[in-house]
Amino acid sequence: MSTVATAQPKLWAGGKSPFNVEYGKVMMWYFLMSDTFTFAAFLIAYGTVRFSANSWPDPNEVFNTFPFAPEGVHTPLVFVSIMTFILIVSSVTMVLAVQAGHHNDKKAVVKNLILTIIGGALFLGCQAWEWTHLYHEGAWWGKNPFLNADGTAPTVNFTNFFFTITGFHGFHVFTGVIINIIMLIMTLNNTFEKRGHYLMIEKAGLYWHFVDLVWVFVFTCFYLI
Amino acid sequence: MSNAAVLHSNIGTMHDDHSAHHEHHHQETFINKYVFSQDHKMIAKQFLITGMVWALIGGFLSVLFRMQLGFPEESFPWLEDLLGKWWAAGGRITAQGYYALVTTHGTVLVFFVLTAGLSGTFANFLIPLQIGARDMASPFMNMLSYWFFFAAGVIMLASIFVQTGPFSGGWTAYPPLSALGDASPGSKTGMDMWIISMALFVVSSLLGGLNYIATILNMRTKGMSMTRMPLTIWALLFTAILGVLSFPVLLSGFILLIFDRNFGTSFYLSDIFLASTNTALPNEGGSAILFQHLFWFLGHPEVYIIMLPAMGMVSEIISINSRKPIFGYLAMVGSLFAIATLAFLVWAHHMFVTGLNPFLGSIFALLTLLIALPSSIKVFNWLTTLWRGNIRLTPGMLFAIGFVSMFISGGLTGIWVGNATLDIHLHDTYFVIAHFHLVMGVASMFGMFAGVYHWFPKMYGRHMNNTLAYIHFWITLIGAYLIFWPMHYQGLAGMPRRYYDYSIWESFKQFSELNRFISIVVFITFIAQLLFLINFFYSIWKGRKATNLNPYGANTLEWTTPINPGHGNWPGEIPEVHRWAYDYGKDGKDFITQTTPVGEEESTEHH
Repeated sequence: MSTVATAQPKLWAGGKSPFNVEYGKVMMWYFLMSDTFTFAAFLIAYGTVRFSANSWPDPNEVFNTFPFAPEGVHTPLVFVSIMTFILIVSSVTMVLAVQAGHHNDKKAVVKNLILTIIGGALFLGCQAWEWTHLYHEGAWWGKNPFLNADGTAPTVNFTNFFFTITGFHGFHVFTGVIINIIMLIMTLNNTFEKRGHYLMIEKAGLYWHFVDLVWVFVFTCFYLI
Repeated sequence: MSNAAVLHSNIGTMHDDHSAHHEHHHQETFINKYVFSQDHKMIAKQFLITGMVWALIGGFLSVLFRMQLGFPEESFPWLEDLLGKWWAAGGRITAQGYYALVTTHGTVLVFFVLTAGLSGTFANFLIPLQIGARDMASPFMNMLSYWFFFAAGVIMLASIFVQTGPFSGGWTAYPPLSALGDASPGSKTGMDMWIISMALFVVSSLLGGLNYIATILNMRTKGMSMTRMPLTIWALLFTAILGVLSFPVLLSGFILLIFDRNFGTSFYLSDIFLASTNTALPNEGGSAILFQHLFWFLGHPEVYIIMLPAMGMVSEIISINSRKPIFGYLAMVGSLFAIATLAFLVWAHHMFVTGLNPFLGSIFALLTLLIALPSSIKVFNWLTTLWRGNIRLTPGMLFAIGFVSMFISGGLTGIWVGNATLDIHLHDTYFVIAHFHLVMGVASMFGMFAGVYHWFPKMYGRHMNNTLAYIHFWITLIGAYLIFWPMHYQGLAGMPRRYYDYSIWESFKQFSELNRFISIVVFITFIAQLLFLINFFYSIWKGRKATNLNPYGANTLEWTTPINPGHGNWPGEIPEVHRWAYDYGKDGKDFITQTTPVGEEESTEHH
């Protein structure tokens, strides 16, 4: 609406939101900050334990295969790169869904939400495969078959942190997929159409991008370093 | 449709809806009015009364363990009748019972009473009323916040009754004791329930905190700019931000602890030999110190989560009852901000004796001592507000002044224990007990009492009995000093905390008389709290009816609502705000409410 500009000089004077957003978005931003601290605590804990160890398993050796790979083929980090790519593409489709919501374009919202949900589900599937694969190699909480990079015996904290943190992230992705499914159902039921705006999609989008961003850090900490 | 348009349409409808709201109220049943209420005022009362129940339980636990500390040689057969053999075999508190008591006392008082009971009550009650909002941003989440807290309480309470007893490794839950069920009976089922309860509590605090922040930022009434907000609201805003940013770190720490307990990981465990089972554990590579870092990254901000709401309410109550504007409003806001920021940068001062690098120790000591600056600014401003004021010693005011007294007494010893070198001697002694009980325990309880006495007429439309309140105040004030002051001497003499029986130690035998004295004062002070409870519940139904909309002649918005405000707070339009909350004694007028437009002749400072 065009009258907004006149109110601009007194953003903080009360009677309106200083950030020009409704309360749900303020809450979402603060929630994401809160969640940032949760993940930061995990990753810093991982960092301190790893830093105090003399040596650590080499991710290139641990994560070196993909489904249906022939025996003996070494493809370090290829599979996880694909996973990461899928998740990032799902962020792109989420942006498109939010964008479509701004234009009240229900059809495009539905299409892009479905693509995002598929992306999320694919990521979870990949993670499930990777976990199963590692489990069959003998890795689990409290069990670590991978030798340190310098050939010495490892502590179990490599797998402990890997499963806990990627698991916690996976739980977030799972929650995100559920949220997106709810958004899809609400869109199909014309809930947002009736409300006249697709703000909920935007908030779900914030969460989804956050989960993707966290993955970038988790990915860096466990697979690259 | 743009964000702005959505917002404005919301605000528009809010005003329209509620003007007609009170005439034909949606049908209220007992369930949705008193149980699953979404009215912030009712939720505040739920938090308050639940907090009071927990305060009673937590306080009673301290009475029990003070019996052991004051009378280690005697036995009280009725104790066994009351508590059973596990806790008090032969009428003496058992060692396992003693540790269970101190642990539960700490956990309950810190989290359930002084966090949920204090900011849960007053953030819910005061935020919408003082900023001019119909309710919280999300009343539904607000309701959830209470019920998560309630569930946390139920689980904690249940843990007291399990066969192996509640968790008994201290409220800080340090591993390896907390991680190994074989290490202590309390670390079995009791600890699992303790963690679940605390996890639920974190969820409750997150739901509440997000709501408080969003409400304060978004829902202020017209004219209520941030610098016109009462200091209570500023304090509650910083409290909520602290909670939202620090509790998740505790949650992370707890999640790792759960894995260590149940899934064979070694995040906190390394090189342990367990005497109780005579086995060497396979766990390797973890660090028990890591938990301390994660815990205190919450633990220290938690201290300010407890302090700040009390500080905010005290500022407000002192200003009203001195009939003077608060001294240095912006300095008060600035010091709240400084305290909230420093809160995140000082956690390692709890860990000076863990083998922390001395260089880091000096940095954390420096940052810790920096907190003395904003704290003294606050004390200075409270005292200068009182200075030459037209002081009314209402019960609320007495407790507010008592808060300042406690805060000074406990704060000064903070300068001692904040020093990395002095702390080597004082760490884990009664000196620390005295310090933190005065500065955050008793002080915040005083803030809470001040708030309850002061806002009781707004909560229940009746007044509490002043005579009982005065008796309650003086016994509590004198009692608190008599209990905790001597502990400084005990601590300086090296008496460690968390010992079951000091009478068997040659070096601490000299304190047996003093310990007995402290215990007797604890019993008296505890009984005096019953006066408050009687007064509170009696006054809800039988207290003198409030007839004056604004009994204290206060400026803030909550006193512009009806004596018993309905859901929605104001029957008509929400009033507009024209000035800050502290125009007392301005231009010869006793007080000018925030809703009064600025007159043409009026002097120009502050509005």
